[in-house]
Amino acid sequence: MPASPVAEQAVEISGLVKRYGDRAVVDGLDLVARPGAVTAVLGPNGAGKTTTIECCEGLRRPDAGTVRVLGLDPVDDARELRPRVGVMLQDGGLPTGVPAAQMLEHVARMYADPRPLDELTERLGLGSFARTTVRRLSGGQRQRLALATAVVGRPQVAFLDEPSAGMDPQSRHAVWQLVRELRDEGVAVVLTTHLMDEAEDLADHVVVVDHGKVIAQGSVRDLVSSGDDRTLRLDATPGLDVVALTAALTADGPGVTTTETSPGSYAVVGPVGPTTVAALTRWLAEQDVLATRLTVGRRTLEDVFLDLTGRTLR
Amino acid sequence: MNSSMNSAMNSAMNPAPTGPETARPRPPRPEPTGSRAHAGSSSRRTRVLAQTSFEARAILRNGEQLMVTVVVPVLALVGLVQADVLDVDTGGLSRIDFFTPGILALAVMTSSFTSQAIASAFDRRNGVLRLLSTTPLGRGGLLAGKVLGVLVVELVQVLVIGLTAVALGWRPDAFGVALSLVAVLLGTAAFTSLAMLVAGTLRAEAVLAVANLALLLLAIAGGVIVPADRLPGPLSHLALLLPSGALGEAMRGAFQQGTLPAWSVVVLVGWTAALGWGAGRLFRWH
Repeated sequence: MPASPVAEQAVEISGLVKRYGDRAVVDGLDLVARPGAVTAVLGPNGAGKTTTIECCEGLRRPDAGTVRVLGLDPVDDARELRPRVGVMLQDGGLPTGVPAAQMLEHVARMYADPRPLDELTERLGLGSFARTTVRRLSGGQRQRLALATAVVGRPQVAFLDEPSAGMDPQSRHAVWQLVRELRDEGVAVVLTTHLMDEAEDLADHVVVVDHGKVIAQGSVRDLVSSGDDRTLRLDATPGLDVVALTAALTADGPGVTTTETSPGSYAVVGPVGPTTVAALTRWLAEQDVLATRLTVGRRTLEDVFLDLTGRTLR
Repeated sequence: MNSSMNSAMNSAMNPAPTGPETARPRPPRPEPTGSRAHAGSSSRRTRVLAQTSFEARAILRNGEQLMVTVVVPVLALVGLVQADVLDVDTGGLSRIDFFTPGILALAVMTSSFTSQAIASAFDRRNGVLRLLSTTPLGRGGLLAGKVLGVLVVELVQVLVIGLTAVALGWRPDAFGVALSLVAVLLGTAAFTSLAMLVAGTLRAEAVLAVANLALLLLAIAGGVIVPADRLPGPLSHLALLLPSGALGEAMRGAFQQGTLPAWSVVVLVGWTAALGWGAGRLFRWH
């Protein structure tokens, strides 16, 4: 890959604060997104992902900190930025009474040289519902239409808020393919997602956000490979004594942590080796418990995410 | 002469550097670098006209909106003229001459207030206003498109209602028609401002209720169809202060006396200033 000399950042956020009333939804957030890269913003609901994106889109004015998109201020330089930035809102932003094709044509009219609509229609499979009003579209169809409207103006930066929410697997792969091509064309893609596999597959850079702050970031590889840690997953009867199990596993080996991730499912995280597996099966035999599934693998992004943001529902 | 006028108009429509972009040839396919070319904005005129037609079509395609803006005023006109449902002293005018200006005022209220408030409220809830404001259209272009869209709908309304009235024997004079256009513009400004204030501050369902209820109340007791001085008690004074009464009086003045009542103009301009200021301050995009 040719190294571009001083590649200017597409998005630079530093010390962003946004309050709703007394509550700081975004609380000192820093983020950088490069051109020609997919930056995934991960975080639980209410972590401040959408608000952060909306500050980049010029839809909200920060209470503190700075946001620069292509070196410009999203609010003050909005006129200059709008033709260069593509937006896909979380709630779609599509008027319900308008046929799908008309909405796309309408947004295309705002640009001097939009992408050819037939190509985009083909790419995202919009043809089958071109004349259907938005009201009657499925969730996945709406998302694909919203993505089409976001990229029709050949943006240099695309902000996609949960682009594959509510999509079937086919739609999702069509969307991912388009996102990869945008990246290869040099577009800075910033997306928020709940889908770990989406982030793992697509993202060059992952930013984990919680309580309005960045709590971890890096490439997927950086995030999942912390040392030699592996994860052993075990399905058995619910309610096993994880304290005793942990003790049995660490008796003649390095320390691991064991948790019951959901009733009957357990995860053992740490330097899991052959002796760990042997100790585990021995302990299970002593308890007269049969493991119905046992796998050993690397930590997934989901493991990292849950470790960072906690497993409690909120 | 001609070309200088054109360029003057162009520069009025496209401020500063957007002019040459309209005729620009397609840029070459972008190189895969960080500074790849984007599609550029279309001209401001193109964007605003696109939004105008988008807004007008959305209203005219929607059955409920068409019902409120066209069917109801036409039925009201025919009902009031043909049947003696409302026994008022027409002051020597024929019933068609007496009622048509008020029905046209009512029509302006349905499109610039009720219909626009409901459409904008639902577009706001669905994120449509936010999405369009991130495109080169921007917030200013969005508002301009909405106002022009209302004027297009009003053109359709005036044609349908006016021709119905003519079929029923209405013969307005040209001067009255010209004056009434001023009244329509003033009324549209005031009621569109009210629509934006309501749509930008209340929940969509609340707007649906408020916009219809307000229309009904103003139509009956706001000095629109029945002139303010025929209303009972204090209403006869109150209605003159309302934008509805001012618009009704302005339309009747234009068609029946060939003058625009100064008081109505003052009231409409005042409401536009106050409501527009309020909408600008209080409108919430989220």
